[in-house]
Amino acid sequence: MLRYCFAVLLLCISSVSYSAIDTYEFSDEANRARFQVLAAELRCPKCQNQNIADSNSPIAEDLRFELHRMLETGADDDQIVDFMVTRYGEFVLYRPRMSAQTYLLWYGPAALLILGIVVVLVVSGKRKSGNKKDSATGLSEQEKQRLDHLLKQDQDK
Amino acid sequence: MRRLIVLLPLFLCIALGLFLWNGIGKDTQSIPSPLLDKPVPEFSLTSLYNEQRFLTQEDLKGRPALLNVWATWCPTCKQEHAQLNRIAQDEGVVIYGINYKDDRAKAKIWLEKYLDPYALNIFDPEGKLGLDLGVYGAPETYLLDAQGVIRYKHIGAVDERVWAQLKEKMQQLEVN
Repeated sequence: MLRYCFAVLLLCISSVSYSAIDTYEFSDEANRARFQVLAAELRCPKCQNQNIADSNSPIAEDLRFELHRMLETGADDDQIVDFMVTRYGEFVLYRPRMSAQTYLLWYGPAALLILGIVVVLVVSGKRKSGNKKDSATGLSEQEKQRLDHLLKQDQDK
Repeated sequence: MRRLIVLLPLFLCIALGLFLWNGIGKDTQSIPSPLLDKPVPEFSLTSLYNEQRFLTQEDLKGRPALLNVWATWCPTCKQEHAQLNRIAQDEGVVIYGINYKDDRAKAKIWLEKYLDPYALNIFDPEGKLGLDLGVYGAPETYLLDAQGVIRYKHIGAVDERVWAQLKEKMQQLEVN
């Protein structure tokens, strides 16, 4: 009985999670895969925090319909993305395109990381040159002995 | 110099704080339209009242006008309708309507009941023109200049406050 209930429950879940996608027929599997990728990358203009694959809003439905139509008439990915952007703006792209406006977005994190590394190197370099211990490890003789001792202890186990 | 470096994180925090503060209260719902300063997309759709009469983008040229996207299924459209009637009647503003993804019979009854402020009414049952215009939720109102170029877009109802803004922009267009 319990197993039966569980099976029914599973069926309920499966029908819900695929309802937004499987209403379309595709001429080949490649188109189906592209549909899923593009629908996941295009943002719904109305609901904003959902992609058009997830959203049930009428506009997302229309955009899925349009996406399917374009795929089946042989449009390539760039054409489809251009089509959406000329109507709804860069906003609909969850993966923004590379342009003068988005350089900061794309390169900002890497630039900050490099800046951080440079700062760390400069600061630690200064600290080292100001320190009289001045060995590669930055430890005094006494500290080195203690470290060796501790490491050996560990190896004995 | 050294003190400056120590204070740098504080400055960065303040800068970040100001940046985020700036975003508070901003309207995140309306997306800037990529169609601004571009002509109304080409279309050929029937008039709501006359199935034989085809309207195109050429019919929207001549005077600065409002282009209002509406439907009978849209509650906010009903809310702004009285205001549109007033603007058209009292202030003589040309308003074109796009009946968006709607039923012809229902739309006609609706306009009979609540009056018709539209100089022309474009019937767009499949939302094709709506898609080309980047409509994502009715009502939306576009401001067109005399050459049929989109100069401004408002998403949501046209109330007294919004009309004041639109009017100002429209008067600038009339002067130019």
